[in-house]
Amino acid sequence: MRPFAGFSFRSVCRVFAMGLLSATALTASGAGPQVAAGRVPLPIIESARGDKCVQDPALMRRTHMDLLKHQRDDTMHGGIRGAKYSLKACIGCHASQATGSVAAASTNFCQSCHAFVAVRIDCFECHSSKPAPTAAHPPSPQEKPAQTAAAPQVQGLALHQQVKP
Amino acid sequence: MTQDSKSPSIQPPKSTSGRRGFLSVAAAGLAGIMIAPGVRLIEIAQAATADTAPSRGASSKVRWGMLIDSGKCASGCTDCVTACNTENGLSGETRATDSQWIRKIEIKEVRTGKTQSLPMMCQHCAEPPCVDVCPTGASFKRADGIVLVDKHICIGCRYCVMACPYKARSFVHQPLSNQKADVPRGMGTVEGCTLCVHKVDKGEMPACVSACSDAGHGAILFGDLNDPNSEISRRLASYPSRQIREDLNLNTGVRYSGI
Amino acid sequence: MKITLRELDGTSRGYYLLLGVLALVTAIGMGAVWTMEHNGHIVTGMNNQIVWGLPHVFAVFLVVAASGALNVASMASVFGKTEYKPLAPLSGLLAIALLLGGLTVLMLDLGRPDRLIVAMTHFNFKSIFALNIFLYSGFMGFVIAYLWTMMERSAQRFTPMAGLFAFVWRMALTTGTGSIFGFLVARQGFDSALFAPLFIALSLSYGLAVFLLVLMLAFNGSKRSLDAGLLARFARLQVIFIAAGLYFVLVLHLTNLYFTKHHDFERFILLEGGVHTALFWLGQVVLGGIVPMILLMHPRIGELRRRIVAATLLVVGGGFAQMWVTIVGGQAFPLVIFPGRQVSSSFYDGVVNTYTPTLPEWLLGFSGIAIAGLIVMLAMKFLGFLPARLDGADKHITQRAAAAA
Repeated sequence: MRPFAGFSFRSVCRVFAMGLLSATALTASGAGPQVAAGRVPLPIIESARGDKCVQDPALMRRTHMDLLKHQRDDTMHGGIRGAKYSLKACIGCHASQATGSVAAASTNFCQSCHAFVAVRIDCFECHSSKPAPTAAHPPSPQEKPAQTAAAPQVQGLALHQQVKP
Repeated sequence: MTQDSKSPSIQPPKSTSGRRGFLSVAAAGLAGIMIAPGVRLIEIAQAATADTAPSRGASSKVRWGMLIDSGKCASGCTDCVTACNTENGLSGETRATDSQWIRKIEIKEVRTGKTQSLPMMCQHCAEPPCVDVCPTGASFKRADGIVLVDKHICIGCRYCVMACPYKARSFVHQPLSNQKADVPRGMGTVEGCTLCVHKVDKGEMPACVSACSDAGHGAILFGDLNDPNSEISRRLASYPSRQIREDLNLNTGVRYSGI
Repeated sequence: MKITLRELDGTSRGYYLLLGVLALVTAIGMGAVWTMEHNGHIVTGMNNQIVWGLPHVFAVFLVVAASGALNVASMASVFGKTEYKPLAPLSGLLAIALLLGGLTVLMLDLGRPDRLIVAMTHFNFKSIFALNIFLYSGFMGFVIAYLWTMMERSAQRFTPMAGLFAFVWRMALTTGTGSIFGFLVARQGFDSALFAPLFIALSLSYGLAVFLLVLMLAFNGSKRSLDAGLLARFARLQVIFIAAGLYFVLVLHLTNLYFTKHHDFERFILLEGGVHTALFWLGQVVLGGIVPMILLMHPRIGELRRRIVAATLLVVGGGFAQMWVTIVGGQAFPLVIFPGRQVSSSFYDGVVNTYTPTLPEWLLGFSGIAIAGLIVMLAMKFLGFLPARLDGADKHITQRAAAAA
């Protein structure tokens, strides 16, 4: 096959390798969650109701998508509702006090991290991001109820540090 | 702590988890609520209160069905349609692109002039053509006979809409918002009557059935076709009834009498 | 037999102009897809009564033509008609290009085209759609292998076997495409085993028509000469294929007319369907069938090349009409749930359904054709798909053609 003018196989390889190396260098220079100040602000994740989640945050961050995916099949095909990893249960706790939703505003629970890592959430194309209206979740936004002293106001991505709001 | 979305008037006892409390109250109130105690829901409730909060899940021991008496169905009455729309968050509009999970059909015998009316929804066939044709398996039949669309894997090809003999399926043509918490619906996927699976799994009846009976018409009966002692099975054994488009041999879960 | 394949050479303005037009049409089509994806199918004319519309008309035509375009190569490799061997590479290329164009339109019309990976990993094997996914991708693989055996000198002894595999596979593919409709037991317009052989016959007709158009355009454009005897053979073949298609349509409708239960549907399509009736009689039968046959058989009408171009264009147009009548007409007729009774409801039961395609659908459909065209044009430019000459200079061809004429 006649090669396209100006591009030999070797030169294409060279450009690709250079690009790969520079990308690696750039990411290596970054130190992880504590990126240089002012570059990309850490997400502000609103705290949830209740005392604790069904799993610890570190595990949830890595596996919540797999847990939800497995649970959805159990619910859809098996008819099992209200299980440990039920999406409705997540939304029930994690719905924002202000918007009543987990994904309406950029500070809401799901949306905050997902916007930060630029992963589009598909769930709320179909699922409601708000819990059903009950006595505990009235349909209109409410004032924040008093928080317990131990609950942190905001948690960033850093696992062991607390980022001041 | 998760609060159940049903029956906001029921306050869970403070000491136990909300689910457990609700289910114990529900088990006690079952006899009054159910017209057709087809499934041994008492058993399910007791098992649930034992330790496990999640619902038992669908079982093939049960086959959910409905019996619709067209004779009791008044022309022009749309109580079942309204109830379905409210329960499932449908707009209720009837433009060509709007979803309708249940509709009233007015039938007229041309030569004699005899008219009839009946509600038409997904017939929850035992041999559903929609399940046969779905390329991804998103259209599927649950163990207890309810035919559903798994919208997680629906690609929106609309083959099931073409294949359904009852025109039971609708395609969502627009972005949706404010879905009901129990009824996920989304643009680009296909949907249809779920037999109010979110209610059935809790031991309740579909919204259309409740609405029809609450209004006093009593045209729709819901129950377990596999239980010979259920109200629906006894009626099907005693009085003539038929399936719509019986010639297709689909063994529908929804039966009609009076047509 | 020595065949010299040569790439298109030269940088003719006409080539770049056509390439630019096709690229533009493709780009605009992608813009239409963007609208559909963000706003939903509400921007199309499709609704809950007519769920498959103009994009499917385009897509199914392209897919059917794709499998038929391989026919010339199959005749050479499988049926021993060696005079078509120089054209076998072009035939294979066109098959791939048309299939890709048709599949693009089909996949981009899905409600959730972002779930293509789901479609590739979750299969319900009872569904003819799922089987078609394998048939389409398998077809691509087999034809590419077939092309490779033709172009790679050391592999040329495998060409008959590769050709046989590709031929059998294409038969399965077209049967699968026809069965998409034939397996719809619920609808009066579809439930018939005849759809599979009908689509085989249509594929022969549409495929050859598209092949001839591309062949003549390519040879004309690159100033290569095309033997009249060969063209005459193709013209006769086209007549036979059109006739085969008309035969199956005739049997389908005659059988339906025999069954009282199908009378209402037949009355709709043949008589009272408005645009569908017009497209059936005028588009599909007359302009798509009878007129091209007359044009191709009657030597006194005019010069052969002009007759072939006119006839094949009519066949293609008639093919689109046929796809419309089959797909849209079959849905326009109200689904019969209560036979023999008059029904009405809020969900458009009992009424003839109307459908007007909107601009995004047209753009998407044409972008499928444009994509197919782009593939063919680029491949012909950079690889040797066209024979250097197909005129009397190659004695073998003219002898066979003369003997058969």
